[in-house]
Amino acid sequence: MSLDLDATDRAILRALQADATLKASALGRRLGLSQPATWRRIKRLTEAGVIGTRRLDLDLEALGFGVTVFLGVKLALKGRVSLEDFERAVVAIPEVQTVEHVLGLYDYRLRVVARDLPDFERVLRRRIMTLPGVGQVEANVLLSEERRPGPLG
Amino acid sequence: MLDDIDRRLLRHLQADPAQPMTQLAEAAGMPLATCYKRLDRLQAQGVLRGQHHTINWSELGYGVEVSLRLTLDKTAPRAFDEFLAAARLVPEVTEIQTFLGRVDVRLAVIARSMTHYQEIYRDRILSLPHIADIEALMQIATIKHQQTVPL
Repeated sequence: MSLDLDATDRAILRALQADATLKASALGRRLGLSQPATWRRIKRLTEAGVIGTRRLDLDLEALGFGVTVFLGVKLALKGRVSLEDFERAVVAIPEVQTVEHVLGLYDYRLRVVARDLPDFERVLRRRIMTLPGVGQVEANVLLSEERRPGPLG
Repeated sequence: MLDDIDRRLLRHLQADPAQPMTQLAEAAGMPLATCYKRLDRLQAQGVLRGQHHTINWSELGYGVEVSLRLTLDKTAPRAFDEFLAAARLVPEVTEIQTFLGRVDVRLAVIARSMTHYQEIYRDRILSLPHIADIEALMQIATIKHQQTVPL
Protein backbone atom coordinates (compact mmCIF):
# COMPACT_ATOMS: atom_id res chain seq x y z
CA MET A 1 0.00 0.00 0.00
CA SER A 2 1.49 3.32 -0.94
CA LEU A 3 1.02 6.76 0.50
CA ASP A 4 -0.80 9.54 -1.34
CA LEU A 5 1.35 12.60 -1.77
CA ASP A 6 0.24 16.10 -2.68
CA ALA A 7 2.41 18.75 -4.34
CA THR A 8 3.61 20.08 -0.95
CA ASP A 9 4.71 16.61 0.21
CA ARG A 10 6.64 16.19 -3.02
CA ALA A 11 8.29 19.57 -2.56
CA ILE A 12 9.31 18.57 0.98
CA LEU A 13 10.82 15.31 -0.28
CA ARG A 14 12.70 17.11 -3.05
CA ALA A 15 14.12 19.60 -0.54
CA LEU A 16 15.21 16.92 1.96
CA GLN A 17 16.76 14.88 -0.84
CA ALA A 18 18.97 17.87 -1.58
CA ASP A 19 19.62 18.96 2.02
CA ALA A 20 18.83 16.74 4.98
CA THR A 21 19.90 19.40 7.50
CA LEU A 22 16.97 21.71 6.62
CA LYS A 23 14.89 22.52 9.69
CA ALA A 24 11.10 22.47 9.53
CA SER A 25 11.02 26.24 10.05
CA ALA A 26 13.32 27.04 7.11
CA LEU A 27 11.62 24.50 4.89
CA GLY A 28 8.18 25.84 5.84
CA ARG A 29 9.19 29.41 5.00
CA ARG A 30 10.35 28.25 1.59
CA LEU A 31 7.02 26.50 0.93
CA GLY A 32 4.76 29.07 2.57
CA LEU A 33 3.80 26.74 5.42
CA SER A 34 3.92 27.22 9.18
CA GLN A 35 6.63 25.43 11.13
CA PRO A 36 4.14 23.06 12.88
CA ALA A 37 2.38 22.22 9.59
CA THR A 38 5.73 21.42 7.94
CA TRP A 39 6.81 19.38 10.95
CA ARG A 40 3.56 17.36 10.85
CA ARG A 41 4.09 16.56 7.18
CA ILE A 42 7.71 15.50 7.74
CA LYS A 43 6.57 13.34 10.65
CA ARG A 44 3.90 11.65 8.51
CA LEU A 45 6.40 10.97 5.70
CA THR A 46 8.97 9.67 8.17
CA GLU A 47 6.49 7.39 9.92
CA ALA A 48 5.33 6.01 6.58
CA GLY A 49 8.96 5.11 5.88
CA VAL A 50 9.14 7.31 2.78
CA ILE A 51 11.97 9.46 4.12
CA GLY A 52 14.97 7.19 4.29
CA THR A 53 18.30 7.43 6.01
CA ARG A 54 20.50 10.50 6.17
CA ARG A 55 23.82 10.36 4.36
CA LEU A 56 26.88 12.55 4.25
CA ASP A 57 28.07 13.99 0.96
CA LEU A 58 31.83 13.73 1.28
CA ASP A 59 34.59 14.67 -1.12
CA LEU A 60 36.04 11.18 -1.23
CA GLU A 61 39.13 12.25 -3.12
CA ALA A 62 40.03 14.78 -0.44
CA LEU A 63 39.66 11.98 2.13
CA GLY A 64 42.11 9.84 0.21
CA PHE A 65 39.61 7.57 -1.56
CA GLY A 66 40.36 8.38 -5.17
CA VAL A 67 38.80 5.29 -6.75
CA THR A 68 35.27 3.91 -6.74
CA VAL A 69 34.61 0.71 -8.67
CA PHE A 70 31.35 -1.06 -9.49
CA LEU A 71 31.77 -4.81 -9.61
CA GLY A 72 29.50 -7.34 -11.23
CA VAL A 73 30.02 -10.70 -9.50
CA LYS A 74 28.87 -14.05 -10.72
CA LEU A 75 28.91 -16.99 -8.33
CA ALA A 76 30.78 -20.00 -9.68
CA LEU A 77 29.39 -22.86 -7.68
CA LYS A 78 25.71 -22.20 -7.41
CA GLY A 79 23.99 -24.68 -5.17
CA ARG A 80 27.24 -25.79 -3.59
CA VAL A 81 27.96 -22.52 -1.84
CA SER A 82 25.09 -20.90 -0.07
CA LEU A 83 24.23 -17.32 -0.92
CA GLU A 84 24.27 -16.63 2.82
CA ASP A 85 27.96 -17.56 3.07
CA PHE A 86 28.84 -15.21 0.23
CA GLU A 87 26.68 -12.41 1.61
CA ARG A 88 27.97 -12.74 5.15
CA ALA A 89 31.57 -12.54 3.94
CA VAL A 90 31.07 -9.70 1.46
CA VAL A 91 29.24 -7.33 3.82
CA ALA A 92 32.13 -7.61 6.29
CA ILE A 93 34.59 -6.01 3.86
CA PRO A 94 34.88 -2.35 4.90
CA GLU A 95 35.74 -1.15 1.37
CA VAL A 96 32.49 -2.63 0.05
CA GLN A 97 29.82 0.06 0.39
CA THR A 98 26.85 -1.57 -1.24
CA VAL A 99 25.86 -5.12 -2.05
CA GLU A 100 22.86 -5.76 -4.23
CA HIS A 101 21.46 -9.15 -5.13
CA VAL A 102 20.46 -8.89 -8.78
CA LEU A 103 18.95 -10.97 -11.53
CA GLY A 104 20.60 -10.96 -14.94
CA LEU A 105 24.15 -11.30 -16.23
CA TYR A 106 25.53 -11.15 -12.66
CA ASP A 107 24.36 -12.34 -9.29
CA TYR A 108 25.61 -9.43 -7.20
CA ARG A 109 26.43 -5.81 -7.81
CA LEU A 110 29.04 -4.29 -5.46
CA ARG A 111 30.25 -0.76 -4.96
CA VAL A 112 33.83 -0.63 -3.70
CA VAL A 113 35.94 2.33 -2.58
CA ALA A 114 39.74 2.30 -2.59
CA ARG A 115 42.59 4.75 -2.12
CA ASP A 116 43.94 4.29 -5.65
CA LEU A 117 44.18 1.59 -8.32
CA PRO A 118 46.92 -0.44 -6.56
CA ASP A 119 44.81 -0.35 -3.38
CA PHE A 120 41.78 -1.47 -5.41
CA GLU A 121 43.83 -4.33 -6.84
CA ARG A 122 44.71 -5.39 -3.28
CA VAL A 123 41.04 -5.36 -2.23
CA LEU A 124 40.07 -7.27 -5.37
CA ARG A 125 42.74 -9.95 -5.03
CA ARG A 126 42.81 -10.43 -1.29
CA ARG A 127 39.20 -9.85 -0.33
CA ILE A 128 36.85 -10.14 -3.30
CA MET A 129 38.45 -12.99 -5.28
CA THR A 130 38.74 -15.04 -2.07
CA LEU A 131 35.03 -14.80 -1.24
CA PRO A 132 33.25 -18.17 -0.98
CA GLY A 133 31.80 -19.20 -4.32
CA VAL A 134 32.99 -16.17 -6.27
CA GLY A 135 33.26 -16.71 -10.03
CA GLN A 136 33.51 -14.21 -12.83
CA VAL A 137 34.03 -10.59 -11.79
CA GLU A 138 33.64 -7.52 -13.97
CA ALA A 139 35.00 -4.15 -12.87
CA ASN A 140 33.97 -0.72 -14.08
CA VAL A 141 35.75 2.31 -12.63
CA LEU A 142 33.41 5.16 -11.71
CA LEU A 143 34.15 8.42 -13.54
CA SER A 144 31.15 10.55 -12.59
CA GLU A 145 27.94 10.18 -10.68
CA GLU A 146 24.76 12.15 -10.19
CA ARG A 147 21.69 11.53 -8.09
CA ARG A 148 18.43 12.56 -9.71
CA PRO A 149 15.33 13.64 -7.76
CA GLY A 150 13.25 10.82 -9.28
CA PRO A 151 9.53 11.00 -10.06
CA LEU A 152 8.60 13.76 -7.59
CA GLY A 153 7.76 16.40 -10.23
CA MET B 1 45.25 19.22 5.47
CA LEU B 2 43.12 16.57 7.18
CA ASP B 3 44.39 15.20 10.45
CA ASP B 4 43.45 12.12 12.45
CA ILE B 5 41.01 14.12 14.58
CA ASP B 6 39.09 15.22 11.45
CA ARG B 7 38.95 11.61 10.31
CA ARG B 8 37.71 10.48 13.70
CA LEU B 9 35.03 13.14 13.68
CA LEU B 10 33.86 12.18 10.19
CA ARG B 11 33.93 8.50 11.07
CA HIS B 12 31.52 9.10 13.95
CA LEU B 13 29.39 11.50 11.92
CA GLN B 14 28.98 9.19 8.93
CA ALA B 15 27.90 6.36 11.24
CA ASP B 16 24.89 8.45 12.30
CA PRO B 17 24.54 11.79 10.49
CA ALA B 18 21.35 12.70 12.37
CA GLN B 19 22.85 12.45 15.87
CA PRO B 20 22.84 15.57 18.09
CA MET B 21 26.10 17.54 18.15
CA THR B 22 26.57 16.91 21.86
CA GLN B 23 26.50 13.17 21.26
CA LEU B 24 28.89 13.48 18.31
CA ALA B 25 31.35 15.59 20.32
CA GLU B 26 31.30 13.06 23.12
CA ALA B 27 31.76 10.08 20.81
CA ALA B 28 34.65 11.78 19.01
CA GLY B 29 36.14 12.76 22.37
CA MET B 30 36.31 16.53 21.95
CA PRO B 31 34.67 19.62 23.43
CA LEU B 32 31.47 20.74 21.68
CA ALA B 33 33.04 24.01 20.52
CA THR B 34 35.93 22.16 18.86
CA CYS B 35 33.45 19.84 17.18
CA TYR B 36 31.55 22.82 15.65
CA LYS B 37 34.76 24.52 14.63
CA ARG B 38 36.14 21.43 12.90
CA LEU B 39 32.88 20.68 11.08
CA ASP B 40 32.70 24.30 9.88
CA ARG B 41 36.24 24.04 8.59
CA LEU B 42 35.58 20.72 6.84
CA GLN B 43 32.57 22.34 5.19
CA ALA B 44 34.52 25.42 4.14
CA GLN B 45 37.22 23.17 2.65
CA GLY B 46 34.57 21.29 0.69
CA VAL B 47 35.41 17.95 2.30
CA LEU B 48 31.97 17.79 3.90
CA ARG B 49 29.63 18.96 1.16
CA GLY B 50 26.37 18.42 3.00
CA GLN B 51 23.82 15.79 3.88
CA HIS B 52 20.92 14.34 1.97
CA HIS B 53 17.99 12.09 2.72
CA THR B 54 17.36 9.00 0.66
CA ILE B 55 13.80 8.25 -0.44
CA ASN B 56 12.33 4.78 0.03
CA TRP B 57 10.68 4.54 -3.35
CA SER B 58 9.01 1.22 -2.58
CA GLU B 59 6.95 3.02 0.11
CA LEU B 60 5.65 5.28 -2.67
CA GLY B 61 4.59 2.33 -4.78
CA TYR B 62 7.76 2.00 -6.86
CA GLY B 63 8.51 -1.65 -6.19
CA VAL B 64 10.63 -2.34 -9.26
CA GLU B 65 14.24 -1.22 -9.55
CA VAL B 66 16.39 -2.01 -12.55
CA SER B 67 20.02 -1.26 -13.17
CA LEU B 68 20.56 -0.54 -16.85
CA ARG B 69 24.12 -0.86 -18.07
CA LEU B 70 24.69 0.82 -21.41
CA THR B 71 27.41 1.07 -23.98
CA LEU B 72 27.22 4.10 -26.22
CA ASP B 73 28.12 4.58 -29.86
CA LYS B 74 31.37 6.46 -29.34
CA THR B 75 31.79 7.24 -33.04
CA ALA B 76 29.32 10.08 -32.46
CA PRO B 77 31.45 12.94 -31.09
CA ARG B 78 28.97 14.22 -28.50
CA ALA B 79 27.47 10.83 -27.62
CA PHE B 80 28.03 11.12 -23.85
CA ASP B 81 26.77 14.69 -23.46
CA GLU B 82 23.70 14.14 -25.59
CA PHE B 83 22.85 10.83 -23.96
CA LEU B 84 23.24 12.22 -20.42
CA ALA B 85 21.20 15.34 -21.17
CA ALA B 86 18.34 13.20 -22.51
CA ALA B 87 18.56 10.66 -19.65
CA ARG B 88 18.18 13.49 -17.10
CA LEU B 89 14.74 14.22 -18.55
CA VAL B 90 13.39 10.77 -17.66
CA PRO B 91 11.75 11.19 -14.21
CA GLU B 92 12.07 7.51 -13.28
CA VAL B 93 15.88 7.64 -13.60
CA THR B 94 17.20 8.08 -10.05
CA GLU B 95 20.95 7.68 -10.60
CA ILE B 96 23.33 8.22 -13.49
CA GLN B 97 26.93 7.01 -13.39
CA THR B 98 29.61 7.03 -16.08
CA PHE B 99 32.43 4.47 -16.13
CA LEU B 100 35.76 3.46 -17.51
CA GLY B 101 35.38 -0.17 -18.45
CA ARG B 102 33.17 -2.41 -20.50
CA VAL B 103 30.11 -0.39 -19.53
CA ASP B 104 29.93 3.33 -20.36
CA VAL B 105 26.89 4.42 -18.38
CA ARG B 106 24.62 3.01 -15.71
CA LEU B 107 21.08 4.23 -15.08
CA ALA B 108 19.05 3.26 -12.04
CA VAL B 109 15.41 3.15 -13.10
CA ILE B 110 12.40 2.70 -10.82
CA ALA B 111 8.88 1.68 -11.80
CA ARG B 112 5.55 0.85 -10.18
CA SER B 113 5.28 -2.59 -11.77
CA MET B 114 6.82 -4.70 -14.51
CA THR B 115 4.21 -3.36 -16.94
CA HIS B 116 5.13 0.19 -15.98
CA TYR B 117 8.83 -0.68 -16.35
CA GLN B 118 8.17 -2.06 -19.81
CA GLU B 119 6.49 1.24 -20.78
CA ILE B 120 9.38 3.33 -19.48
CA TYR B 121 11.90 1.05 -21.16
CA ARG B 122 10.18 1.15 -24.56
CA ASP B 123 9.04 4.76 -24.62
CA ARG B 124 11.75 6.61 -22.72
CA ILE B 125 14.92 4.51 -22.52
CA LEU B 126 15.16 2.94 -25.98
CA SER B 127 14.58 6.37 -27.51
CA LEU B 128 17.65 7.87 -25.77
CA PRO B 129 20.35 8.87 -28.29
CA HIS B 130 23.55 6.96 -29.20
CA ILE B 131 22.80 3.66 -27.43
CA ALA B 132 24.89 0.76 -28.81
CA ASP B 133 23.92 -1.90 -26.29
CA ILE B 134 21.86 -2.33 -23.09
CA GLU B 135 21.99 -4.93 -20.36
CA ALA B 136 19.53 -5.01 -17.49
CA LEU B 137 20.08 -6.20 -13.96
CA MET B 138 16.94 -6.45 -11.91
CA GLN B 139 17.32 -5.65 -8.24
CA ILE B 140 16.13 -8.45 -5.98
CA ALA B 141 17.42 -7.36 -2.60
CA THR B 142 19.72 -4.82 -1.04
CA ILE B 143 22.09 -6.69 1.27
CA LYS B 144 24.22 -3.73 2.32
CA HIS B 145 23.82 -0.05 1.60
CA GLN B 146 26.22 1.97 3.57
CA GLN B 147 27.76 4.86 1.75
CA THR B 148 30.46 5.17 4.38
CA VAL B 149 34.20 4.99 3.82
CA PRO B 150 36.74 3.20 6.04
CA LEU B 151 38.30 6.36 7.53
